[in-house]
Amino acid sequence: MKDFLRVFLSRPIPLIGLVIFVAIVAVALLAPFVFARGPFTIVGMPLLPPGAPGLLVGSDVLGRDMAVGLAYGARISLLVGITSTLCAVGIGVLLGAVAGYYGGWLDDLLMRVTEFFQIIPSFVLLMVLVAFLQPSLSSTVIGIALVTWPQVARVVRGEFLSLRGREFVQAARTLGMGDARIIFTQVLPNALPPIIVVSSMMVGTAILTESALSFLGLGDPNLLSWGSMIGGSRSAMWVAWWTTVMPGLAIMITVLALNFIGDGLNDALNPRRRR
Amino acid sequence: MDFDRRAMLGAAAAGMLARPAWAQKPGTTARMRTINAMMTDEPAHLNYPLFNTRIMQEICGNINESLLLFDWQFKPKSNLARGHEMSPDGMRYTFHLRPDVAWHDGAPFTARDVAFSCGVMLPQLNPRSRGAFSHVREIKAVDRYTVRFEMKEPFNAFLLSLMASSAPMMPAHIYEGTNFRTNPYNFKPVGTGPFKFNRWARGQYIHLTRNEKYWRPDQPGMDGIYYRVCPTPEQRLVAMESGAVDLAMADDIDTVVNKRMVANPNVVARSDAFNGTGEICVMEMNHRRWPFSDRRFRAAYMHAINREFLVKAINFGLGKVAHSPIPSDLPYYDDKALTKYHYDPARARALLDEMGLKPGKGGVRHRFGIMMIPDGGGYWTRMAHYIKQALSEVGLEASLESTDWPTFSRRSGNWEFDVDCNSYGQYGDPAIGTARFFLSSNIRKGVPQTNIQGYNNPEVDSLFAKAAVAVDAAEAQAHYSRLQQVLTHDVAMLWMFERKPMFFYNKRLKNVIMGPNGPADGFGSVRLA
Repeated sequence: MKDFLRVFLSRPIPLIGLVIFVAIVAVALLAPFVFARGPFTIVGMPLLPPGAPGLLVGSDVLGRDMAVGLAYGARISLLVGITSTLCAVGIGVLLGAVAGYYGGWLDDLLMRVTEFFQIIPSFVLLMVLVAFLQPSLSSTVIGIALVTWPQVARVVRGEFLSLRGREFVQAARTLGMGDARIIFTQVLPNALPPIIVVSSMMVGTAILTESALSFLGLGDPNLLSWGSMIGGSRSAMWVAWWTTVMPGLAIMITVLALNFIGDGLNDALNPRRRR
Repeated sequence: MDFDRRAMLGAAAAGMLARPAWAQKPGTTARMRTINAMMTDEPAHLNYPLFNTRIMQEICGNINESLLLFDWQFKPKSNLARGHEMSPDGMRYTFHLRPDVAWHDGAPFTARDVAFSCGVMLPQLNPRSRGAFSHVREIKAVDRYTVRFEMKEPFNAFLLSLMASSAPMMPAHIYEGTNFRTNPYNFKPVGTGPFKFNRWARGQYIHLTRNEKYWRPDQPGMDGIYYRVCPTPEQRLVAMESGAVDLAMADDIDTVVNKRMVANPNVVARSDAFNGTGEICVMEMNHRRWPFSDRRFRAAYMHAINREFLVKAINFGLGKVAHSPIPSDLPYYDDKALTKYHYDPARARALLDEMGLKPGKGGVRHRFGIMMIPDGGGYWTRMAHYIKQALSEVGLEASLESTDWPTFSRRSGNWEFDVDCNSYGQYGDPAIGTARFFLSSNIRKGVPQTNIQGYNNPEVDSLFAKAAVAVDAAEAQAHYSRLQQVLTHDVAMLWMFERKPMFFYNKRLKNVIMGPNGPADGFGSVRLA
C-alpha cells in the first residue's frame, strides 16, 4: 500500500487528476451551502455574459445563473458516473468471475450473453432503454450500467482464467475451501488491480454518456445536468458562446481528471511498471 | 447538406427543354432557380386536410390551391374561382370557376371537385372545416364550372373559411369513394398548384417541381422547391446564414438568434407572414380533474406567471401578452370586455388559500404535471421551464413531462394530462379557428386539437352560435364582446402570449410573401431578385 501511494503520488499527472477530482467533488457536495438559490431559479435577463454583476459565468437562455447550474450539474454527473459504474462493476465481476472460474459450458453461455450486449451499438441500445423506462435519473443509471458491464466481465474473466490454476488457488482447494470462498477471498483480491483501473475509466465514460443522453433530451427534465445545459443552449451557440462552452469545459475537465487518475492507478498497480 | 446531384441535373435538363422563353434569365443556372427550404421534422404523409399543420401548409400550399385568396385587409381575391356572388340575405353563395385549370395528372378541375372537397373530404378530415361547413345545407354543381352553396343560416365568416390554409381543393377523381387515410396518393399528392410533387427521399428531402401547365401564365417563377429535413436549430441557422437554404419559416429559427438574423444583410426578415394565422400560445388544463376545475386555481395560475417576462426574456421580445382568446390586432377583439390577470404572486397565494390549498410539507400546496411540447429545446421548452419556476414561487410544484409527437397527440386527445402547452390560430375569424377549443359539442375523445380541456358552458356555446350567424357586424361584435367577458372571467384557457413568428428569406429572391396567409398561399410568385 505504501509502495502504491509512493508511486501514484510521485508522478505529476495522476496528482493533478486527483486534485481536480477532489475539487469537483467538493463543489458538488458544497453546492447547496454555497448558493442560496437552486439551479433553476431565474435571476435576471437571459444570455448575460460572464462577469455581468453577480454572474461569474454569465446567465443561460432562461436567465439562470450558470455558476449555480455548473455546481449542481457536478452533483448529477458524479452521481450518475459513480452509481452506474458501481452497478456495472457488480454485474461484470459476478458474471466474469463465474465464467472464468468454472469455465466449460457456463463460460460459453455467459460469454455469448456478454457478446450479445457487445455487438449492439451501445448508445443506440441505451437510448431505447431510457425511452422505454421513461427518462429519469434512475433509468439513466440502470441504462448505462446495462450497456457497460460486458467490458468489466471480459477483464474479470481473463484474470480468473489465468489465476484459477495457480498454486495458491490449488493450495486453498486442498485446504477444503468452498468455491465461493476461493472466488471472493483468494482470486478476486488478486484480480482487483485491472478492475480498479477499468472502473476509474468507466466513471469518466459514464459521465460522458449521461451528458450525451441529456443533450438529446433523454435526461431527467426536472434535473439540471451539464449535458442538458448544453442541449438547452444549442440554439444560442452562435450568440452566447459561454452557454455551451462552460458546461462543455466542465465535462472535459472532469473526464480528463478521471483518465489521469486511471493512468496513475494503472502505473502504480502494475508490478512491472512499478520498478 | 448533400444535394442529390443526379436529381438536380435531371430536373435541370427537363427544365431546359420545356421552359418558355420568358422564364429564361440570362446567366441563371438550375441551382439558382431552385428554392431551398427546411423542415424541422418530416410529415407522415402529404394529405393536406388530414394533417393541417404549419409544415403541411408550407409544402402543400404549392400543390393544393383554394377557391379564393385574401389581401392584407382580408378581402377576397379570385383564385380558382374567377368570381363569386352572395345573395343579399347571405343564404346563397355562387362561385364561377376558371375553365382552364387542370390537375397535375391532366384531369380538368371542375365543380365536381369543389362539391367533393367542401361537401365530403374537408368536413371529414380538416379540423377547421368541420365547424365552418356545418352551416352549409347543400352544395350544388350547377354546371361544369359553377358551384352554389345553399346555407342553413347566414354564416358571416363563410368566405374567410375558404382561405388556402383552411380549405384546399382536393381531387375528386382520386379520393372519391376511397379511404382518405390510406389512399396511396397521400404520398404523391395531386393538385392544381404552381408546383407539383416530384420525389420524397425519406429522411432527406421532399422535392416539388414546376407545373409547366399552370393556369397563371406568368407563374411559377422558379424551377422547383427542395424541403430539406433539418432537425437541429444550430444547423438551420448555419444553413440560412451560409445561403445553403433560401427560406426559414416560423419554427425554423429559434427566437434566441432572431436579432442576429434580422441584422443579416443577405436576408429579408418579415414579421407579417403569418398575420392570417393569428396565433396564441396557451396552456390547457384538464377541467375534469381537481383543482383545475376550479376557476380560482386557474386565476391563481395566471397571476403567478410574469407574462411580460415570458415575452421579453424567454421569447426575446417576439410577441405580445395575450389577454383574450382573440388576438389583439384582429377583428372582434374588445379590450373593455376583458378580465386581465396581471403578474401578482400575492394575489395567486390568496386565491389558493381561499380554495383551501394551504402550503404543506416544504411549502408545497399542490403537485401536478406539465406536458411539454417536443420542440428540441426551443421556446416551448424554455417556456415550460420558466413556468415551473414561477409556479414554485407560489407553492405549486409542477413536474415537467417530456414527450414525443405521437405521445403528445395521444395523451392530449385521450385527456391523459394535467396541464399541457399548445397554440391555436384564429385563421381570420373566431368562428373558424377559436370556437373549436371552447364548444362543448367539440369535446371528442381521441381527437387532438379539439376541446380537450372539457370546458363546458352553455352560454358560451350559444354565444358562439349566435355570433357566427349574425348578419349585422355590430351584432356579431356584441356577441364576441360578451364571449370575451365570459371566457376571460372563467379563465377558460391559460392564454400566454400572442406569437408573431418571423419569416426569413434570402435577398436573391423576391415576391415571396404576398398576403397575410404567407407561405400557405404557395411560392408560385417567387422570382429571382
